[in-house]
Amino acid sequence: MIEPGAISLRATGRGRRRLLLNRVAEGSAVLAAVLAVAVLAVVIWSVGSRGFGAISLDFFVKGPSSDFFGGKGGIAPALAGSSLLVGVATLIALPTGVLTAIFVSEFAPGRASQQIRLWLDVLNGFPSIVIGIFVFTFISRQSAFAGGSALAIIMLPLVARSTMEVLRLVPTELREASYALGVSKWQTVIRVVLPTSFGGILTGTTLAIARAAGETAPLLFTCAIAGQTVDWNPSHSVQSIPLTIFNYSESADPALHEQAWAAALVLILLVLVTSLTARLVLERSRRKVGLQR
Amino acid sequence: MLARMEAASIPAGSLPRTRHVGDRVGDGLLYGLTALAAILGVLIVLAIVWRVADGAWPAIKIFKAGFLWGNEWNVNRDEFGARDLIIGTVVTSFGAMLLSAPLSIAIGLFLSELAPPAVRAPVGTLIDMLAAVPSVVIGLWGIYVLAPFNANHTAPIIQSVLGWIPIFGGDPHTESTVFTAIVVLTIMTIPITSSICRELFIGVQSELEEGSIGLGATRWEMVKTVVVPSVRGGIVAAIILGLGRALGEAIAVTQVIGNFIPLRHTLFAPGDTAASRLANQYQGASTNTQIAALIYLALVLLVITFFTNYAAQRVVKRFEFRRTGGA
Repeated sequence: MIEPGAISLRATGRGRRRLLLNRVAEGSAVLAAVLAVAVLAVVIWSVGSRGFGAISLDFFVKGPSSDFFGGKGGIAPALAGSSLLVGVATLIALPTGVLTAIFVSEFAPGRASQQIRLWLDVLNGFPSIVIGIFVFTFISRQSAFAGGSALAIIMLPLVARSTMEVLRLVPTELREASYALGVSKWQTVIRVVLPTSFGGILTGTTLAIARAAGETAPLLFTCAIAGQTVDWNPSHSVQSIPLTIFNYSESADPALHEQAWAAALVLILLVLVTSLTARLVLERSRRKVGLQR
Repeated sequence: MLARMEAASIPAGSLPRTRHVGDRVGDGLLYGLTALAAILGVLIVLAIVWRVADGAWPAIKIFKAGFLWGNEWNVNRDEFGARDLIIGTVVTSFGAMLLSAPLSIAIGLFLSELAPPAVRAPVGTLIDMLAAVPSVVIGLWGIYVLAPFNANHTAPIIQSVLGWIPIFGGDPHTESTVFTAIVVLTIMTIPITSSICRELFIGVQSELEEGSIGLGATRWEMVKTVVVPSVRGGIVAAIILGLGRALGEAIAVTQVIGNFIPLRHTLFAPGDTAASRLANQYQGASTNTQIAALIYLALVLLVITFFTNYAAQRVVKRFEFRRTGGA
């Protein structure tokens, strides 16, 4: 109980101090957000301004210059190699991830699905370089297959988690309607659940691909020493864009630095544009499903 | 859940069997396939731990636990000790956390409490985009833009103010430094920590916030007394998740840190971390002992990140559960 006279209503000047403190706190929050956005802008601007000069048609269709000093080369083998690596990774991670998500959302009892989620998160938290070393201890010969497998392990938790999320958004009524029509469970999953969430799975996979395309560390041990030509054979070691950037960035030749910036520009555009589009599509489909319910 | 309901609501044997053989086979097949895939994820985690421990075994036999505090990494004499690498990992990661935690919490608050709706979504997306920038690109930018900037501007300024503290001593104009690695890791962890913080703050019941405002609190007092305390554990978990990322980052760090041990007693000098050493020595690994020592190092890193992430996930899970359970 507070006695009537205990609280003084006389102005003590604390109010101004509190408002000032509030102003300062709000200002710092705004400043922090501005800082983060500014860093992104500076990174993109640096890469764009320094890389743009080296970009030409040759940059995309030619291999690295064989001429030791100067001579403009390209990143065609790295482009092809990265596509191959990401392709192999997607072929492994997409079905595994989607099936895992179906198990968790359609079959598993709550406790099991919680466990699987936890293990996937643990896998997601492993340093990517350790995943590269793990694949290296299995397949000690470097190849696009080995590199792709390492990338697949990185993609798996991402694909599985995003698919679980969209499967959860599929309205239960749809499944129940299907069961009520006498359709069996597997038919319901294949004909109702998956088609409904197709867009979401696609965008989730795209985000995972964008992440895998930029990964460097897992390729160091699994797919690093490669020829200088375009090579589509998954049993050979191939070049890749991230490793090209990494190697060129540490070289002493300024011409290669310019190539590194140009390759970074290509990579950053690919990654940002794909993940941005995927995000927007995901956001839209989420809103659509939300309205339906 | 549905399957259980379905099974429970139909008394066994009371209905004639109308299900086709194909359906029974199909259901079983789909169950088997999906269960297999789900178990595969678990198996991969176990296999990673097993294979890395196995690969490290020769080095474990030679160096035993002394590897952890041995301070020499001498390829020529096959002497390997990880002390300075582990210290480097801890210093860079915790340094990055010191910078990124307050910034991330502030960004989370900005996005959940402060920003007008029209600003919220685009700024949130931009900060998420920062997470999408590949680490090798951040590293490239780190070498040629951030490192010179730090050497010419940031480091001298810090030194002129705080130079009396030993860790800010040394020559501030060095380009490859532990300090630059800390800044790079800060940039990479902010999107992770801030996006979780944002979700946590949004999840705080708005009645609590409104009550606090209604009692006359300023927005800052509301945040300090209601929002942050009600999700404190979650914030810690978000920071630990960022820490996990920082501990394991190899590429961007190896690009900017200078790959040099023994460590000096200042941030304005080259250094090295466990992950960075792994990335740096992959091609140079010549002897079997060196390869085993590198894998031993990977094992140490794995154990550290495993426990960090596990702890963080447990806390985050509890929060998700409470939030969805409470709603």
